[in-house]
Amino acid sequence: MTQWLALDWILAVVGGWLLISVAGMVAVRRLGLVAHLLFPLGGLLGLALAGLALAALEGAPQLAVLPIGLPSLPFHLRLDSLSAYFLLVVGAASSGISVFAAGYFRKGEGTAPGLLCLEYHVFLVSMVGVILADDAYAFMVLWETMALSSYFLVTANHRLAEVRSAGYLYITMARIGAIAILLCFGVLQAGTGDYTFANMRAQALAPAWTSIGFLLAVFGFGAKAGILPLHVWLPEAHPAAPSPVSALMSGVMLNTAIYGLLRVTLDLLHLRLWWWGAVLLAAGLVTALFGVVFASVQVDMKRLLAFSSIENMGLLFVGIGLSLIFASFGLQQMSALALMATLYHVASHACFKSLLFLGTGSVLHATSERNLGKLGGLIRTMPWVAWLTLLGALTCAGLPPLGGFVSEWLLLQSFLFAPALPLPLLNMLIPVVAAVIALVSALAGYTMVKFFGVIFLGQPREEKLARAHDAGPWERAGMAWLACGCVALGLLPTRFVQVIDPVTRQLLGADLGQRVAGSSWLLAPNSTEQASYGPVAFLMGILGCFALAYVVVRLLYHGRLRRGPAWACGFPFGTARMQDTAEGFGQPIRQIFEPFFMMRRELPTAFDQRPRYLVVVADHFWRWFYVPLIDLANYLAQLMSLLQQGRISVYLMYSFLTLLATLLVVMS
Amino acid sequence: MSALLPQFVNLLGAVLLLLAFAMTSQRRMLALIHLFTMQGATLALATAVVGYVTRQHHLYLSAGLTVVLKVLLIPWLLHRVLDRLGIRRDVETLINIPTTMLIGIGVVIFAFNLSIPISHLSSALASGTLGIALACVLLSFLMMITRTKAVPQVIGFLAMENGLFFAATAATYGMPMVVELGIGLDVLVGVLILGVFMFQIREQFDSLDIHHLEQLKDD
Amino acid sequence: MSFSGVLSQLLEIVIAIALAPLLSGWVNQWRAWLQNRSAPGLLQPYRMLHKLFNKESMVADHASSLFRMAPYLKFGCMVLACSIIPTLSTDLPLAPAADTIALVGLFALARVFISLAAMDIGTAFGSMGARREMLVGFLAEPALLTVLFSASLISKSTSLTTIVETLAHRDFAIYPGMAFAAVAFLMVSLAENARVPIDNPATHLELTMLHEALLLEYSGRHLALLEWAASLKLFAYSCIGLALFFPWGIAEARAPAAMLLALPALLFKLGVGGFLVAVWETVNAKMRIFRVPEFLATAFLLAVLGMLVQLLLAR
Repeated sequence: MTQWLALDWILAVVGGWLLISVAGMVAVRRLGLVAHLLFPLGGLLGLALAGLALAALEGAPQLAVLPIGLPSLPFHLRLDSLSAYFLLVVGAASSGISVFAAGYFRKGEGTAPGLLCLEYHVFLVSMVGVILADDAYAFMVLWETMALSSYFLVTANHRLAEVRSAGYLYITMARIGAIAILLCFGVLQAGTGDYTFANMRAQALAPAWTSIGFLLAVFGFGAKAGILPLHVWLPEAHPAAPSPVSALMSGVMLNTAIYGLLRVTLDLLHLRLWWWGAVLLAAGLVTALFGVVFASVQVDMKRLLAFSSIENMGLLFVGIGLSLIFASFGLQQMSALALMATLYHVASHACFKSLLFLGTGSVLHATSERNLGKLGGLIRTMPWVAWLTLLGALTCAGLPPLGGFVSEWLLLQSFLFAPALPLPLLNMLIPVVAAVIALVSALAGYTMVKFFGVIFLGQPREEKLARAHDAGPWERAGMAWLACGCVALGLLPTRFVQVIDPVTRQLLGADLGQRVAGSSWLLAPNSTEQASYGPVAFLMGILGCFALAYVVVRLLYHGRLRRGPAWACGFPFGTARMQDTAEGFGQPIRQIFEPFFMMRRELPTAFDQRPRYLVVVADHFWRWFYVPLIDLANYLAQLMSLLQQGRISVYLMYSFLTLLATLLVVMS
Repeated sequence: MSALLPQFVNLLGAVLLLLAFAMTSQRRMLALIHLFTMQGATLALATAVVGYVTRQHHLYLSAGLTVVLKVLLIPWLLHRVLDRLGIRRDVETLINIPTTMLIGIGVVIFAFNLSIPISHLSSALASGTLGIALACVLLSFLMMITRTKAVPQVIGFLAMENGLFFAATAATYGMPMVVELGIGLDVLVGVLILGVFMFQIREQFDSLDIHHLEQLKDD
Repeated sequence: MSFSGVLSQLLEIVIAIALAPLLSGWVNQWRAWLQNRSAPGLLQPYRMLHKLFNKESMVADHASSLFRMAPYLKFGCMVLACSIIPTLSTDLPLAPAADTIALVGLFALARVFISLAAMDIGTAFGSMGARREMLVGFLAEPALLTVLFSASLISKSTSLTTIVETLAHRDFAIYPGMAFAAVAFLMVSLAENARVPIDNPATHLELTMLHEALLLEYSGRHLALLEWAASLKLFAYSCIGLALFFPWGIAEARAPAAMLLALPALLFKLGVGGFLVAVWETVNAKMRIFRVPEFLATAFLLAVLGMLVQLLLAR
């Protein structure tokens, strides 16, 4: 009896998930069993996965070979620090989502619960597999499984035409991205025919081929992460799915794209050229700005969050790009800092984005309304959901002392203290990028105030909202778990930096641990004199002043309070419809960033009997990039249709000619 | 003390650039003239400081000339033109102002990058000023491009000359006196001619909008 | 953490809380005089606060607890902000907890909460005020951060105390990039403190107001706390400006006795600054709200330019 390694235990968790999915298959229609037993069990396994990954972070890489698949082509698996870290994020986030899902799925919604349970857990298993894969074959098979299972989850409500078309768009983009990744692996194996990652690491390709491999990886993983101009599927597919699935896709699945990019660029490729970093930096920056500007003008709450995911993926690309630039000039310490910021953001994004999507799920359940313009005032009927979502929104806005701020802080630190690089242009541009990142995060604050304020605050804009009910205990527990993640990431940065340290040590050979570990309450990547941030003291400071003010006012004066109707400058006829709508809240952004949008407006005139206001915001890429592409594809397809003659003998002749041509090729 | 004066020249250079930026983002004509006056005063001060540091006394003369021409005479002329033409209103720009400024930032980065290799060669007291001067020239050019009225274009032209003058003073300690006097006269004559020109345009088209000049081309 | 450090920290907090309304009173007094009006007394803000604290708080029927929490939270944020900005001394035990980036985050936190509270009641004015406040905020925040970055590039540090020590106590040097930063900072702080030309603190006209629209539903002690927090914010911004551009007089960590000199120096600098604000508000007019993004975008770009100039000339 050999000792079980962490990798074996993780495979046991995966096996557990597979068992659950089979059980879901068996009990297809038994909602109670699926919801209250299988999903919580899946959540528990997720927690176990997180714990195992945490334990495996420090250890040496563990290898395993699974004899599945084709003969003589087994699955190679490898658990190292990088994959352990991503498994930790997957496990921790998915356990919250699974618990939430236990209370979420109801009867009579599209796909049967058992089938959903199957797809959901296969999705989880494939994500874990992608992260563990150690050869291109296993990676691609699991990558495709991930795309397919999430496609079925997206189209859970397949009776709606728009859900079907969103799913179609999603699977198309996923295919295109997968082809690029496949080609990338083809380049990396350098003609040896050995597709294991170990072989790819050993190859020393020419710089031109390495760059081609890198660009293919950026394209392929960028398509998954929704980097411009490959983002169009994301705001369609993520909102179309049921909320726990949206949470899983936005919060967890997007991270696999980041994982893949890190694996290829920092692990498999032996070169690090500075212009690679510049490419990632530029693409990420444009994507982040685009995402946040579009998020702020959305009127559908789930679309808003999807655009916010695009923004965050852009920020992650910026971090990886900066890390690459530093690494290419041999500045390992700075590179580690930038990578640390990126990995920290991966964790906090997983927490807050899943939390926000789950919050919209509860709202959707209680009100069956996704349009921000028809919500409002839910903090009074749904306090649990409201306050937990508020935590997620504050984290998303990058406000101290929560998790989003720490990653932003680390990123800005690595931008500001970039030592002189040999390229003057880079020296000059890097601080400017920091300024743009500040703009992006401020806009994220704007977006989150809009998101939270319009949904939960104010007066209900529709009658039925007064009857909305708060989320059930399962849903609360799932959300609370993720909210705890947001708070913990915010308050204990030194602890989490030490968790991430093995990863940067593995990829870059440098870490922050020694310097950070010096003080327990201050996060100081270089020295306290240079920069430091102590979230606990920060929070204590605010709460202390808060409490002191509260007590002193009551001691010196009084605490009397009277309730009455709202004042509103003495205007007595105010109705809920006079509040700012989501469109209204986005109006300044629409005006400032007008060139970003393709807008269609219908403004009422003074004489309209039934005044109607309509504004539709679309994205230039669709019109100027995709439509021509689609037209081209259609045109080519039409050319092909000339082959279609409708007569059997013609088709037989095609086969005959093909046969002849093939024989000719084989002979020569 | 000796370390501080070159820094002071740098500061004045930065102020020049700041004023150039303020001019690109200014809508009001009156304020534009005030900014131009301030630019002239800053330039004169910078010239005098350079003269003091390098002990080249003819620079004092050219500083004095700058004061007389660009702080007193030309602004006075421009004010008179505005009074006679009766224009006090805001001017609209071709491109909106934040976009102009964004392009301006790009221009500044371009100019700075261009100047870095050159400034290592020159042994002038403040090597960074060349980039600033170049940026001033390009920004003034940008301002001339984005304005639709004749008066701001003239001011842009004059601001461009300021940038060139600053480059000459700070990077090469001034040109020979004769050249400087010649340039000063050129500018003055240029303003006079442009002033006459503006009256002509107004008489012809009843407005100073240079869109009307498009009608002058052959069809 | 030394005894003198704790002492200077406490002294700084007390002085900020106590002096902030005085600064508002001082600006108001000068503005009235410059506009040929008879001025309210210097202590008017204190009387106002006392009156408001005595009054009963009226809260709308459907207000949530977020609404009642927000004034305390904003007050707490502003006090913390004042306590980490070196006004008297750079020997502050709390200062390592938050550097400039966290300071900007602190202002953002207060802004988000107060905007959410304004949306909570669900009146047209509240949501309009929240939208405008966030509009000003999202442009002013990066501009302020960029201004602070310019200073960080000089001192190679984002810690405010290190920045002040570098600027004030090392060899005197002129930083041309700071000229841009100063202009940008001035524009941002006018916008952030709801001053002319972004907002007029003297009016309550609903179509033009920004700061007032947020506070419309507040009364009694909540309003008092918010007004106090607003004057603390003005105080904090003034002190950031003084610390970045006129840092002379702030006591160093190793010289606690210099604090005796620091207080009069601070009062003098604030007095002059307040007077200049009053002059500015008298000679300028409020701009249209549609021009505000342009104004703030200009500030942001100027700050970026300052950083660029700093980088060019630093080599």
